[in-house]
Amino acid sequence: MRPVGRALALLAPLALAACDGIQSTTGGDGWHGERFNSLFTLFMIVTGIAYVLVLAFLAAAMLRRRGEGRDGPGESEAPDEGGVSRTLVGWIGLIALGLTILTLGSYFADRGAARAAANPALEIKVTANQWWWDVEYVGATPQATVRTANELHLPVGVPAHIILVSNDVIHSFWIPNLAGKQDMIPGRVLDATLTPSHVGEYRGQCAEYCGVQHAHMALDVKVESRSDFLRWRAAQLLPARPPTTPLQQAGYNYFMGRECSACHNITGTSANAQVAPDLTHLASRKTIAAGTLPMTRGHLYGWVADPQGPKPGNNMPYIGLEPAELHAVVAYLESLK
Amino acid sequence: MAEPRFTTDLSGLPDYAFGHRSLTWWGVMAFMVIEGVAFAMAIAAYFFLMNHQDHWPPQPVLPPNLLAGILFTLVMLASEIPNTMIKKAAEKLETGPVRIGLVVMTLIGIVLFVIRAFEFASLNVSWTDNPYGSVIWMLLVLHTSHILTDWVDTATLTALMFTRHGESGRRFADVSENSLYWRFVWLVWLPIYLLIYWVPRWVA
Amino acid sequence: MSDERTRELRDGPNLTGEALHDRLAGTWSRRPGLIGWFTTVDHKEIGRRYMVTAMIFFALAGILGLLIRTQLAKPDSGLITADRYNQIFTMHGTTMMFLFAVPVMEAMAIYLVPLMLGTRNISFPRLNAFSYFVYLAGGVMVWVAFLLNVGPDAGWFSYVPLAGPEFSPGKRVDFWAQMVTFTEVAALAVAVELVSTILKQRAPGMSLARMPLFVWGVLVTALMVIFSMPSIALTSSMLIGDRLVGTQFFNPVEGGDPLLWQHLFWFFGHPEVYIIFIPALGFVSQITETFCRRPVFGYPVMVLALVSIGLLAFGLWVHHMFATGLPRVGYSFYTAASMAVAIPSGIQIFCWIATIWLGRPRYQTPLLYVVAFVVTFVVGGLSGVMVASVPLDLQLHDSYFVVAHFHYVLIGGAVFPLLGAFTYWFPKITGRMMSDPIGKWSLGLLFAGFNIAFFPMHFLGMMGMPRRVYTYPAGMGWDQLNMIATVGAFITAAAVLLFVLNALVSLKRGRVAGADPWGGSSLEWAVSSPPPAYNFAHIPVISSRTPLWDAPSGMPVATGLAVEHRELLLTSVLDAVPDVREPSVDPSPWPFIAAISTTALFIASIFTPWALVWLSIPTAATLIAWFWPKPGGALEAGRG
Repeated sequence: MRPVGRALALLAPLALAACDGIQSTTGGDGWHGERFNSLFTLFMIVTGIAYVLVLAFLAAAMLRRRGEGRDGPGESEAPDEGGVSRTLVGWIGLIALGLTILTLGSYFADRGAARAAANPALEIKVTANQWWWDVEYVGATPQATVRTANELHLPVGVPAHIILVSNDVIHSFWIPNLAGKQDMIPGRVLDATLTPSHVGEYRGQCAEYCGVQHAHMALDVKVESRSDFLRWRAAQLLPARPPTTPLQQAGYNYFMGRECSACHNITGTSANAQVAPDLTHLASRKTIAAGTLPMTRGHLYGWVADPQGPKPGNNMPYIGLEPAELHAVVAYLESLK
Repeated sequence: MAEPRFTTDLSGLPDYAFGHRSLTWWGVMAFMVIEGVAFAMAIAAYFFLMNHQDHWPPQPVLPPNLLAGILFTLVMLASEIPNTMIKKAAEKLETGPVRIGLVVMTLIGIVLFVIRAFEFASLNVSWTDNPYGSVIWMLLVLHTSHILTDWVDTATLTALMFTRHGESGRRFADVSENSLYWRFVWLVWLPIYLLIYWVPRWVA
Repeated sequence: MSDERTRELRDGPNLTGEALHDRLAGTWSRRPGLIGWFTTVDHKEIGRRYMVTAMIFFALAGILGLLIRTQLAKPDSGLITADRYNQIFTMHGTTMMFLFAVPVMEAMAIYLVPLMLGTRNISFPRLNAFSYFVYLAGGVMVWVAFLLNVGPDAGWFSYVPLAGPEFSPGKRVDFWAQMVTFTEVAALAVAVELVSTILKQRAPGMSLARMPLFVWGVLVTALMVIFSMPSIALTSSMLIGDRLVGTQFFNPVEGGDPLLWQHLFWFFGHPEVYIIFIPALGFVSQITETFCRRPVFGYPVMVLALVSIGLLAFGLWVHHMFATGLPRVGYSFYTAASMAVAIPSGIQIFCWIATIWLGRPRYQTPLLYVVAFVVTFVVGGLSGVMVASVPLDLQLHDSYFVVAHFHYVLIGGAVFPLLGAFTYWFPKITGRMMSDPIGKWSLGLLFAGFNIAFFPMHFLGMMGMPRRVYTYPAGMGWDQLNMIATVGAFITAAAVLLFVLNALVSLKRGRVAGADPWGGSSLEWAVSSPPPAYNFAHIPVISSRTPLWDAPSGMPVATGLAVEHRELLLTSVLDAVPDVREPSVDPSPWPFIAAISTTALFIASIFTPWALVWLSIPTAATLIAWFWPKPGGALEAGRG
């Protein structure tokens, strides 16, 4: 069990649940997450002591039950007020000491975070939109730049510099297992540094209320070994696979001929619009529609047939495909590995 | 309860007073603080927006023309002479000078409205153009609303002073607080004047 | 004038007891019936109205809270649509903050402060009546909009650009922004009345150092309102400008800045929390004093603590913005300032417990509310210390941890004391006692329900559940805790229901209270329950902090105030030396008419900016009529 888990376990067994999970602040799966856990433990100890002292004093005062039976209004007898005053001075000193410890602790943790951001080896631009994430791995040339959506792949142990911008309203970039949140504010360019320390799959989610589908704006995160990451990146650089079966070909034709290509990009085809998620390697991703649905054939059918069903209010309109068209388009999308 | 013990007699106290001894003064002061904070926040917003612009005013907007603003400021400062006169006369309960002074102040208010209209026309920007335009219009509108409310107040008091209600000591206290408020109105104008007319010239 | 003065009828040894009562009642009572209801300027009646209205809004917002919890009880719930849910949580927060918490605290102050100070009415009583009608109109407007499906849906802090014209077209956010205007006008008016009442209308001898701690709390709160609310009034006007007349304050495309909104909003929004919380500290002090039968320990430190919380509150707003990427150096300052609030809060907690320790406590319902307050509020305070730390806040901010934190502070820190205060002053207001056993049951149920509902949210936040989501997927490990929280929410609602039933039944059947059922020390217990229209037959003269305990042989009083027209005593600011006999206004229909005109202006301006021009003419006319002296009658006290 991790240290924070132990500290919380003192408080309530419920805390155990917080130790694992793909979207957990106590996961400690990145540089920041580990610091968070130690700092949180420090805070739990200091505030825990304060709370126990308050409750003990309260209980002692209540159990004294001095003259509860006696009636009548207050008298100005002043038993032992001097002792209580001295205790108050001690109490103030104790609070000040605790606060000093906590302020210094968080100051140094914060400074450490700023230093850790010094030498990034990878630059990724994440653009928030209502309600999805546009992810761009910035390469030396435009041809070396990978563009995907709603999925972030990171090599383990490598500090990644994430440039954060927003196309519409304020969003917040939050992958609890790896680091704290950073708002994404239109008109500003902000950034964050992520240094994952464990291979694994995590989940991030928009943390600033951003409109009707704020609840469905998740980001799948995959931390891989460096070689896996490079393989993934190389695969993502390739243009989309051409359709291989007649059904896929029909789907391809519908996609290019109907509304789909007005918003989506599929590299290597004539669909090159930039307003909706890039679909070049759609089928390689874990989920559809920013974490709304798992990537399965059934859900692809459901999504393409009526995007307003699972995620009402999102910007993908109901197209009204005939069953044959739907069948073909899904077959084509499924082939975009 | 037991029989009351009478220890203090209040019947000799006055039934009106000037300055901080009157309740009205505290009310007026509190509203001046509220409005002062609102102006301070508006000024803070001005600098906040200015800090996020490369040019202030944004090119190709020109700073406001100076004439109307200078005229307005001079009339405003000059108005403190009759204003002080009214305040002193009111505190001496002199009906005649207070009446004349209030009529003068009401007329000055009308003159200020006319000049203010020219000020709006000389801003060289619309509130819809950019944040610069929005914020200087906001400052000017905010200040105009104070001129307007004080003018309505002054005009009402002027009318009152010509009725038999004007004979009461409390009415003179109201006149005195009204003069106090006018000081606030022209005092807050000074920083706003600089922000609208001069800061865009200094930082350009 | 001196002739007139000697002829006037005044209270004194020759005019006291029943004869005085009849005359004063004739002077200070309002007209019976509906017209009397609309024209009254009695602080007690306005205060009661404020209380009842605020409690209705509390119930409505509570129902919304239950809807939220019902939706979140299970993952992927389809009970409430996303669009409706977003209106619901926005209205929950907006109603709780603007229509319940601040007004209910002001309501208690409007009712209690003049009684505690020994005066006959609040200052600017017509403004007080006006403020109530404006508040009511604003609340009704936004709720009607919500029920017509045009309720605000951008959250109670309405961040731009989401709340701006591009991303929130339609009228929803306009109703929110205009509701803010209504409640600001009301809150500022009441704050002005309270400050001048407290500084100028104290009974002779009640120097600042002899004021009850609740009055100190109200004074600090009212000053905070005066210094913080202009900020939200200004910024919500800027939002309305962006939305309705095309200004560009917050539009990033034209060089405007969304963060300007956040700065101006939180410069108000953080003090707002303390505006709710500081009067509650006052309740705790009054209750503790009475039920421990001794003065609160450490009065001077308590006052200093209140004042320093009030000052610190203005240095904290940036801690709501740690994730916005402001310069890191500045953050350390706000961390330290935010944590520093723990010192005055810790001092107060200590002093209350010390009062129990030194006193002879009687564990009746109000004091048990104080105990429940200490146990829960301190949890909220300590989690507040956690979110003051930048590295912790970057994780916990906008997660359910913060939802847990501020409910512990606001329910534990303000609603518990409020319900204790209702129980404590119920006999004063209604003349009857609330049932003590039922009171204890409802408190126990509330304490259990509240903790079951909100404690698990700390864990939900740590497990990564963000705020303001209308649903969440299964398999995140959040299901059980959410279900527990929902169960707790319904227990909490049952407890509040039991409290309300107790109050309603006690209104008719409760034991008759008498003037001073608890053996209180402050002046409100010197008058009958409920108090007469004129509050005090003779103005009391004070020589200690606990006048009712220190004058067993009958209170010394002052004589010589007019009996046949309404008159108040003004005293000096620091030492309360008698200074001026101030006329107080009679009932008037104009505050109500002016409120109608103001309401028409505010609502119409949502639809056309020209309403500001045209409707300001009748509004100005009603205000002039309001201030125009009545022929031959007493005179209104000037502006305001």
